[in-house]
Amino acid sequence: MSISKFTDKLFSRATLRGIFAIGIFMVFWEVGARSEEWFGYRFPFIGLVPPPTDVFVSWSGLIADPSYWQSWYMSFLRVFGGFLAAMVVGIPLGLFMAINKSFYGMAFPSFEVLRPIPPLAWVPASIIFWPTQELSIAFVTFLGAFYTIVINVLGGAKSINKQFLQAAQSMGASQWDMFRRIVLPATLPSIVVGSAVGMGITWEVVVAAEMISGGGSSGGGAGGGLGFFIWSSYVGGSYEQIIVGMISIGIAGYISSELLRQLGGLLTPWLKTR
Amino acid sequence: MSAVIEENVGSLADVTSGAINIKDVVKIYDPDGAAVMAVDHCSIDIPAGEICMIVGPSGCGKTTLLNAIAGFHDITSGSIHLDGELLCGPGKPQAKPGSDRIVVFQNGALFPWKTNLDNIAFGPMMVGNQSKAEIYDKARSMMADAGLSGTENNFPGEVSSGLRRRVEIVRALMNDPKVLLFDEPYRALDSLTKSVMHEALLEIYYRNKVTIFFITHDLEEAIFLGHRLIIMSSRPCKPKKIMEVDIPHPRDYSVLTSPRFRELMNEAKDVVHEEAQKAFDAGEKEG
Repeated sequence: MSISKFTDKLFSRATLRGIFAIGIFMVFWEVGARSEEWFGYRFPFIGLVPPPTDVFVSWSGLIADPSYWQSWYMSFLRVFGGFLAAMVVGIPLGLFMAINKSFYGMAFPSFEVLRPIPPLAWVPASIIFWPTQELSIAFVTFLGAFYTIVINVLGGAKSINKQFLQAAQSMGASQWDMFRRIVLPATLPSIVVGSAVGMGITWEVVVAAEMISGGGSSGGGAGGGLGFFIWSSYVGGSYEQIIVGMISIGIAGYISSELLRQLGGLLTPWLKTR
Repeated sequence: MSAVIEENVGSLADVTSGAINIKDVVKIYDPDGAAVMAVDHCSIDIPAGEICMIVGPSGCGKTTLLNAIAGFHDITSGSIHLDGELLCGPGKPQAKPGSDRIVVFQNGALFPWKTNLDNIAFGPMMVGNQSKAEIYDKARSMMADAGLSGTENNFPGEVSSGLRRRVEIVRALMNDPKVLLFDEPYRALDSLTKSVMHEALLEIYYRNKVTIFFITHDLEEAIFLGHRLIIMSSRPCKPKKIMEVDIPHPRDYSVLTSPRFRELMNEAKDVVHEEAQKAFDAGEKEG
């Protein structure tokens, strides 16, 4: 993308609409949160939330605080660690289940029994059987992405148009060629979709896991990640910081998804043309 | 059309390979105990280089026959030979798919993740006995011959369905097949695009004469393209009537309005209608 294209996109109507909507939302939030102060009547729900101006003041105080960025770093580390592990294990597993019938027969039933167990239900067990808290959090985030990735890869590889394989076979492709040049690229869109969904779940899971397990072995609020940051703010009574933590997770999740979308777009250029 | 093409276009004498002998082929499907006979003692001889049009009612088993030649299916009994060599028959129920017989599928099977050029180069790249540069040079020149210049780096999804079909035929021809197997490739196209595709196909054929085994429902298409029509009976599939199309090649769209074309159309229509009625009645009974 050239610079001019980028600035065009940055100042496009769609971007302005997004900024406008966020602005409107902030105004409502501010008015609602300050309702008691301004009108003498506290609006339900929103009247108890700290106003955005206070949140931003609190946030600006945190921007220079390395422990706040340490929370970002820790959560990102766990999310991407668990997510990459889920890709490394999940993609081959899904592909192998799709192409090998007897393996599918053996693996799929156990997979389907384990899949409905929410990753968070694994927290106590994983604290017991992983040597460090860090590993148990990473394991739970791994589970968050793992099932979604496997199911998507399996579904994608199973629904390949049979005629692609027949055509390739007629043209002299070997078994390995068929896998590498037909099965793999034909499954790639499903891999991308599965990863994007899995990434979302990973963020949901990591935050909860951090809250429950107390932020990992690196100790304290500083090394605990964004989930623990929210939890310790709640315990410490700093309501503004709770909101800061929540928005931070929103932004972090958005950055992760956008990264995956861009990467997915590069890997599947033929889908852009539809 | 060049003079070279016109001189020898009518004769198949210069085509030396691609003769198909289908002899007494029977195919019985037995998926859940209820044996269904799809092909019944079907015998067809197709000389090398002929455009042989297979016409028949829906679901009569034409595609089963095509799949047996291509090697995607086995046969129950009988035999199929290509240039005297056994493809499938006694002791070898299923032919091995090979680049001497390439299928152009009904819904198209271009790989959407490869550009048109990469699609066309796919077969020779898989076989791997030519250099990459040679293959791509040939692919480019064949695309140019087929009027596909400028779409080399497009993905199949970026060009019209008519162009896609042309890319697929060029991809098939890149393998130097002896036989092209068409499974109703133009079914989904509108009639205007179809007429353009027919002329384009003939032009490609005049340049690279290979045997063509072409399944269709469309009588106009069948008579316009074919040297011969083989009208199949409703299930189980076996040849009911063989019609020679004595309109000389090269043909173009003016043929459609000729009296001989009309005569052949009427002759074929009667036979096909009778079989279609039978298939319809049989369908009602089963339901």
